[in-house]
Amino acid sequence: MTRSDRPKILRAYGDRAGDGMVQLSFTLEMSPSPRAKEAARRFAQAHGLEDILVTCMEACGPEHSYFVVYGRSKHTVDVARIEVPQLDIPELERDEIDKLVMERLGRKIVLVGACTGSDAHTVGIDAILNLKGYAGEKGLEAYKAFEAYNLGAQVENEALLTRARAVGADAILVSQVITQRGCHKENARALVDLLLERRERERFVLLLGGPRIDQRLAVELGFDGGFGPGTLPKHVASFLAMRVFEKRGLKCSA
Amino acid sequence: MAHVEVEQALVDRCRKLSSEIADEVQGFIDAHTTTGVERTVARALGVEGVDDRGTPLANTLVDRVQARGDLGRGISWALGEAMLHTKSTLQEAAERLAYERALPENRPEPSVGAVREALAPHVQAALARIDAARRAREETRAALGMADNPWKYVIVATGNIHDDAVQAKAAARSGADVVAVIRATAQSLLDYVPHGATTEGYGGTFATQENFRIIRAALDEASRELGRYVMATNYSSGLCMSEIAWMGAVERLDMLLNDSMYGILFRDINMRRTLVDQYFSRRIIGRARIIINTGEDNYLTTADAVEAAHTVLASQFINEAFAHRAGLDDALIGLGHAYEIDPWREDSFLLELAQAQLVRQIFPAHPIKWMPPTKHKTGDIFQSHVHDALFSLVGVSTGQSIELLGMFSEAIHNPLMMDRHLALKATRYVFNAAKHLGEEIRFQPDGRIARRAREVLTGALDLLESVRAETLWSAIGRGAFADVKREPTGGKGLHGVLPRARDYLNPLLEQLEAAP
Repeated sequence: MTRSDRPKILRAYGDRAGDGMVQLSFTLEMSPSPRAKEAARRFAQAHGLEDILVTCMEACGPEHSYFVVYGRSKHTVDVARIEVPQLDIPELERDEIDKLVMERLGRKIVLVGACTGSDAHTVGIDAILNLKGYAGEKGLEAYKAFEAYNLGAQVENEALLTRARAVGADAILVSQVITQRGCHKENARALVDLLLERRERERFVLLLGGPRIDQRLAVELGFDGGFGPGTLPKHVASFLAMRVFEKRGLKCSA
Repeated sequence: MAHVEVEQALVDRCRKLSSEIADEVQGFIDAHTTTGVERTVARALGVEGVDDRGTPLANTLVDRVQARGDLGRGISWALGEAMLHTKSTLQEAAERLAYERALPENRPEPSVGAVREALAPHVQAALARIDAARRAREETRAALGMADNPWKYVIVATGNIHDDAVQAKAAARSGADVVAVIRATAQSLLDYVPHGATTEGYGGTFATQENFRIIRAALDEASRELGRYVMATNYSSGLCMSEIAWMGAVERLDMLLNDSMYGILFRDINMRRTLVDQYFSRRIIGRARIIINTGEDNYLTTADAVEAAHTVLASQFINEAFAHRAGLDDALIGLGHAYEIDPWREDSFLLELAQAQLVRQIFPAHPIKWMPPTKHKTGDIFQSHVHDALFSLVGVSTGQSIELLGMFSEAIHNPLMMDRHLALKATRYVFNAAKHLGEEIRFQPDGRIARRAREVLTGALDLLESVRAETLWSAIGRGAFADVKREPTGGKGLHGVLPRARDYLNPLLEQLEAAP
């Protein structure tokens, strides 16, 4: 995204521009009472809300209440001053990507993918790699210009790397679904550390995917690209193609 | 109950084919044992404890006997023989077999009769422990009463069993009838069961015998307070499925997730291993009168829920056939399925109704386990809550038995206390508002729902015909279920499968098999 010099100030839009209306729902560790209701109001107030309405207070645990609160936020954002690191992905379809890779690279791009560590949730890696794909879009196994190995779940970083070497992979895809206490970051970072230690980081394009992954986090962890919810196989394919081209000194735009 | 017209002859044919499929595999099962089965036997006979590195004695014992080449005769033989030879208790015999540096060679063998006699009190004690737990459960249930179906089933998964106990009690007070403690993600592939209470686990909490005891005690407390029996569930799956069945049986769990094929398809556990293990685990589960929950819902997370609907039904027939062979009656066979059709597809609700009604009718006495939408959930919690409401409407109107509640924060994070509360509230509303809707429904004999039900049944029949012709081993090999392909010699845990020797001894299994 490009920055513009003219500020553009926004506030949440409820019923009219700039009214700042938001809803919050949360739990406080106290049973319902007038005091609890006031506590909820003050909690919302502490978040910058005004004209607060506590619309629901209900017991949801032994000494817990759940609340729904409406209020006007006084805060604003200047969207003109926002910069978001975004993947530069050309909008290409499967046959276009296949054609481009075979023309430019002259061979298939080889990749291995896995859910690493203790993560047993293959839904993400399957959606991107398996023939079946996701949302009507075929996965990378269906691409003529990709040779994809899906190693499945609970793969140790060491095993993933061994396999990547064995098949001569250009790229490694890591999927991390379980995020409890930040374990997705630890697993991902451990792979980068392993590659650095072995002086092999430059050998592979490294991609990270999962429901809590974005480009900013992926780069922070030492990956080349990060893919979050809504990613389609063709997004991964075109990004990979461009990065592999770049590594080979080939033209890396569509 | 609602009714949709399907041809009974087709249902009968499916059952016959599944019986034949299971019989072919049962021949293999009856000729083999596994390290998991033998560890379960050791634990049941009374082998207890772990070494200073946390390795259970049952593991060290069985591994050592296997390394010596004697496991094909059964751990019962090794234990009984050592007891007689060293005039020791069973626990001492187990410790010697496991830890003593040099084991005596070429000593004279006792008679089988003498070994059986030495083991007999231990076998009786094992059965008595299962029976006592079963009776205690039955008495508590009778005293407190059980909720109406569908039972509202929720999950806790903090990683810390003490936090799980707090959350389980909170869920019970909010209206849950069944509380499951999700296991730590890697546990299915551990070839041992961790020991003691655990407070660290990713994606869930380790299944251990002590953790089972803690959660059951917490739910007993909540049950007494609420005047309504609240059930506890865990997972008898993975490499230790039969050991966990034993622990669940003696710690009075009410349900166990237990499937004849899940481990093979979704955890890449060797198929020989899983098929042998599921049999022994179900022998224990049947004696304990625990309800199993099978895992067909998982098929729809990897395969398309409309295209693969018939594979769910076919697998349910197969799971039923294996369960019958392990002594489970219909009231214990909680066959699973799920509401996983793309919600934006036209008439998706009708397709779900058709499948749910079909499953209910084909398995009328079974406590059917109805699983919520997950695959098409996004971060839009408001839409998600509506999606779950329609799921519950299908559940109550088709008379499903056990409903795992959908969570609006599915695909975002483990449910917050508030999320669970709102799921229970919404489900209570739908179940109550539509309580007798099913009794009012007769689906059009040639309408969309009846046609879809027949299509699914016919698809299942065709699949079962081909599985019967090629055997289950080969059908799994070509990806007949869940689009997943597995080889008979692939996957984890094959080294733990061994042929039973001609003089294989397992008096506990004999007793379990002999019971009516």
